[in-house]
Amino acid sequence: MKKIEDANAETLKRMLSGDPVLVDCIPASEAIPDLQKNMILHSGPPIDWARMCGPMRGAVTGIAVFEGWAKDLADAEKKAASGAYTFAPNHHHGAVGPMTGMTTISQPLLVVENRAFGNRAYCAINEGLGKVMRFGGNDAEVLGRLAWMRDELGPALGRALRDMGGIPLKTVISRGLSMGDEMHQRNIACSSLLLRLLAPALARTTTNGKILERCLDFIGRNDQFFLNVGMAMGKSITDPARGIPGSSIVTAMCRNGTDFGIRVSGTGDQWFTAPVEMPVGLYFPGFGEKDANPDMGDSAIVETIGLGGFAMAAAPAVVGFVGAGPASEAANFTRLMGEIAVGTNPEWTIPSMDYAGVPTGIDIRRVVETQIAPTINTGIAHRQPGVGQVGAGIVKAPLACFENALLAFAETMGVA
Amino acid sequence: MAAQSPPPNTSLLSRPVKVVNIGLERFAKELESQSIPVVQVEWAPPAGGNAKLAALLAKLGS
Repeated sequence: MKKIEDANAETLKRMLSGDPVLVDCIPASEAIPDLQKNMILHSGPPIDWARMCGPMRGAVTGIAVFEGWAKDLADAEKKAASGAYTFAPNHHHGAVGPMTGMTTISQPLLVVENRAFGNRAYCAINEGLGKVMRFGGNDAEVLGRLAWMRDELGPALGRALRDMGGIPLKTVISRGLSMGDEMHQRNIACSSLLLRLLAPALARTTTNGKILERCLDFIGRNDQFFLNVGMAMGKSITDPARGIPGSSIVTAMCRNGTDFGIRVSGTGDQWFTAPVEMPVGLYFPGFGEKDANPDMGDSAIVETIGLGGFAMAAAPAVVGFVGAGPASEAANFTRLMGEIAVGTNPEWTIPSMDYAGVPTGIDIRRVVETQIAPTINTGIAHRQPGVGQVGAGIVKAPLACFENALLAFAETMGVA
Repeated sequence: MAAQSPPPNTSLLSRPVKVVNIGLERFAKELESQSIPVVQVEWAPPAGGNAKLAALLAKLGS
């Protein structure tokens, strides 16, 4: 249908012409004026306390204590159950967050500005691996790290980024793909490139040597530091592609540990949800499938723009890490995702595939027709609150989301 | 008068068999296990055989 092809061409054009620049790091209360006391943004489509999974509940109680809205975790749980906190998806406020995706007023948020369209998107700073809030961790160590990020790291990053006028991200991604990253479960190249760019500005603008040392050490030890930057970048790229009548391209994929949700450009901001699936992957020593929580996080925004599972061919090392088979299978994942995408990104290419561009622009028609579900690379959280990450794997987006979206999309096109 | 069936092509299996299997992979695996060369073509009916969705897809130009 010509109207759909034209609309999809426009959507793809907007996604490919985005110019994301990491420009700042500021408190969430400044970045998102609608954010108030006792308001908690979470990953995935809308969900209330009663339906939240264990790690999401663990993160909610932890962040409530962190913000001073509860005296301890038990008090926070009681208050959450009684409706004391307002919950909303990050996606409703221009933000994204990995795994549990907690965003509240005092957290520092990375700011990515899409200079081609003038919009901004936000994501909290990556906490590192192990016991962290994004995997449901909520003890004193987790809250102490968040306090340090609020008081030292966030302000230091903000000063450095403002001083250097921002970091254009498209070239960082391009180089990262050629260095073995897919920007979801492997970010070691992009994290290193980012630190190389940031370090001089951090040194110029953070005069306290001890604070500077702590910041450089934290970033330098965190292979996934870039993930949250890449997520804010993804949100900044997809937001201008929302709401194009007649477009069947996906503009968001995310999960809250209970539901998987997608948005489609031609159906505006409506969510199409289905029960989220369990990741299949490898577990840290001492953990197994019985410990795993269903998939979580807004991080599938990177697959929405052609990275992560869609760019698997760039990162053979990650195939083994997520337990998806031999490294030689990496290109097959990318080829398969090409079956459900309307185009490729000529600026983000994969050397091992003769510099083919990453598949970009997931078309719900192709997903439903071929029954090929988007593949998402992901971390695996323990299903109990407070434990943290127990593995990494891949997960398929539920086909029911795309089938329901197709029915609604057909209605907008006057087709029944 | 009943139509006569054509004579069976007895030469088909008298020489090495080359197979292209479309769809269900199990048939290909079975032949492979007998050392018969097979090219597997992945195919499934549109929308996994869901007639309502397949009809919508046809109208939406997929």
